[in-house]
Amino acid sequence: MPSLMGITLFVLVPFMDVVIRSFQTSITKEFNGLKNYISIFHNQAFHLAVKNTVQFTVVCLPILIFLSLFAAMAISQLREMKLLKSAFLLPMAVPAATLVLIWKMLFFQQGIFNKVLLTLGLKPIAFIDSGAAFWVLVLSYVWKNLGYTIVLWLAGILQISNSILEAGKVDGASPMETFLYIIIPNLKPTLYIITILSFLNSFKVFREAYLAAGSYPHESIYLLQHLFNNWFTNLEVDKMSASAVLIAALLFCVILFLQLLYEKDK
Amino acid sequence: MLKKLGLLLLYLTAFLICLPILLVLLGSLKSTRELVESLSPLLDDTNGMVNWTLLPLYPTLNHFFKLLFSTPSFFIVFWNSMKIVFCILTGQMFISVPAAWAFASFSFPFQKLLFTLYIILMLMPFQVIMLSSYLVLDSFHMLDTHRGIILPAIFSAYPVFIIYKSFHQIPKSLLEAARTDGASELYLFIHIGIPSGSSGILSALVLGFLEYWSLIEPPLAFLKDKSLWPLSLYLPEIGIEQSGMAFAASVITLTPAIFVFLIGQDYLEQGIMSSAVKE
Repeated sequence: MPSLMGITLFVLVPFMDVVIRSFQTSITKEFNGLKNYISIFHNQAFHLAVKNTVQFTVVCLPILIFLSLFAAMAISQLREMKLLKSAFLLPMAVPAATLVLIWKMLFFQQGIFNKVLLTLGLKPIAFIDSGAAFWVLVLSYVWKNLGYTIVLWLAGILQISNSILEAGKVDGASPMETFLYIIIPNLKPTLYIITILSFLNSFKVFREAYLAAGSYPHESIYLLQHLFNNWFTNLEVDKMSASAVLIAALLFCVILFLQLLYEKDK
Repeated sequence: MLKKLGLLLLYLTAFLICLPILLVLLGSLKSTRELVESLSPLLDDTNGMVNWTLLPLYPTLNHFFKLLFSTPSFFIVFWNSMKIVFCILTGQMFISVPAAWAFASFSFPFQKLLFTLYIILMLMPFQVIMLSSYLVLDSFHMLDTHRGIILPAIFSAYPVFIIYKSFHQIPKSLLEAARTDGASELYLFIHIGIPSGSSGILSALVLGFLEYWSLIEPPLAFLKDKSLWPLSLYLPEIGIEQSGMAFAASVITLTPAIFVFLIGQDYLEQGIMSSAVKE
C-alpha cells in the first residue's frame, strides 16, 4: 500500500517528531518537560489568536448552518433546482486571490460599500482596520461555503423517504409540524457531518484574511493561523510544536466526540 | 404569496452571490483610464469615493493582450500553477484509487482503525502539520522546489475517502461471484472497480482541481523563490495601481476553475454528497 507508506512518511512520522520536539528546547534539544506548553499559555498573542478563532467559529458556524438549512429546504421544494444550485456553488470555483480583489473594491475606506452608506446619510465604516474586519471575514466564509453546505443538507433531505412524509400528511401534520417532527430528527446525522466539515473549512478563511490584510491584520481577525504563520517565519519551533500538538489533540477530541454522537444516532 | 416571496428571496441571494464574479468580469474589460479615474480614491487617500459603473464605458481587451503577450512573469506563474495541479491530480490517482479499492474490497486487520485515522488526517488543518511537513521537506532537500508542494499533496487522504465511498457501493456478492469464477484481483479492480467507481474518481478530480488551483498555504510556507509561485500567490502581488492587469489576471485565474466547475458540476455535487451519506 503505497498510500499508507506515503502518509506515514509525510505525516505520521514527522508528527511524532513534532510531539517529541514539543517537550524539548528549540536549539539545544534538551528535555524541557512541560515548559513549552506553559510558555504558550502565558503568551499574549496565543491568547488573542485562540480567542479570535473560537469567536469566529462560534459566530459563523450557526449562521452558515441555519442559512443553508433554510435555503436547502426551499430548494428541495422546487422542481427545477439545477440553476439555483449552480449559482450557490459557484463561489467554490473562485480563487481566494480573486475574491480579495473584489473585497478591496467593496470594503476599503473609499470603497463601494461606504459610498452607499454615505449616500444613505450614514457614517462610513473602516472595514479593514477595525472590528468590522471580523464581519467581513464572516461574510466571506459564508459566501464561500453556503453552496457546499446546501448540497450537504440536500443530500440529507432527499434521503428522507417519501413514505414517512406521506404518512405525516395523512395523519394531518401541518408543514411546520412535518418540518419540526419528521424532517429535523431525520437530519441529525447530516448535522454532525456538516458541523465537522464546516468547522474544518473555517480554518481556510486564513487565505482571504492573509491576502487581504497580511501577516498582522487588525487584532479582531488575528487568528491562530496568523500566529502559526508568524511563528513559522521566525522559526520558533518550540512554541509551534507545543501548540500544534495541543490543537491536534483538541481537534481529535472534537471529531471523536461528534463521531460518537453520529454513531449513536445511526 | 409567502412562497413566492421566499422564492424571490432565494433568487435574489443567488444573484448577490454571483455579483462579485460579474464585477470582476466586467471590470477586466474597462480601459486603463476609466479604471484609474474610478479607483484613484483608493490610491491617494483623498476624500473622493470610488466611482464604479457596472458596465464598462469603453470595453477593451487590452489588458488581456498585455498580460498574455508582454508579461513573461505571468506566463511563468500560470504554468507553475498548471504544473502543480496537474502533477498532484495525476499522482493522487495512482495512489488513492488503489488505496480506496483496498479499503473497499479487502478485509485486513485494523481496517476500521486505519480508516478512522485517514478521516482524521483528512480533517486536520494545514497549520497543525505545517511544522512537521517543513522538517520532512528540509531533510529531503525539497524546500523551494515544486516537488515539495506536489509530493505531500499526492498522499492526501481526501481523495481516498471520496473514491472509497463510490467503491463501497459495489455489491460484495458481485465481487465474490467473480472471484469464484477465477477472476484475478487485478482483473476485478480494472473491470469492475474502475468502471463502477468512475463517478467517485471524477468527483475527487473536480474537488481536487478547485482545491489545488487556489492553493495558498503550502507554497507560501515552503517556496521562497517567487518565480516558483503559483498564480494564487502571484495575483495579490499585482497592486491596485495596475488594476487593469489585476482584473485581467483574476479573470484568467478564474477561467479554468469555472470551466472545470461547469463541466464537472454533477460530479462535484456527488462528491460533496458522498461525504454526507451514511455508510
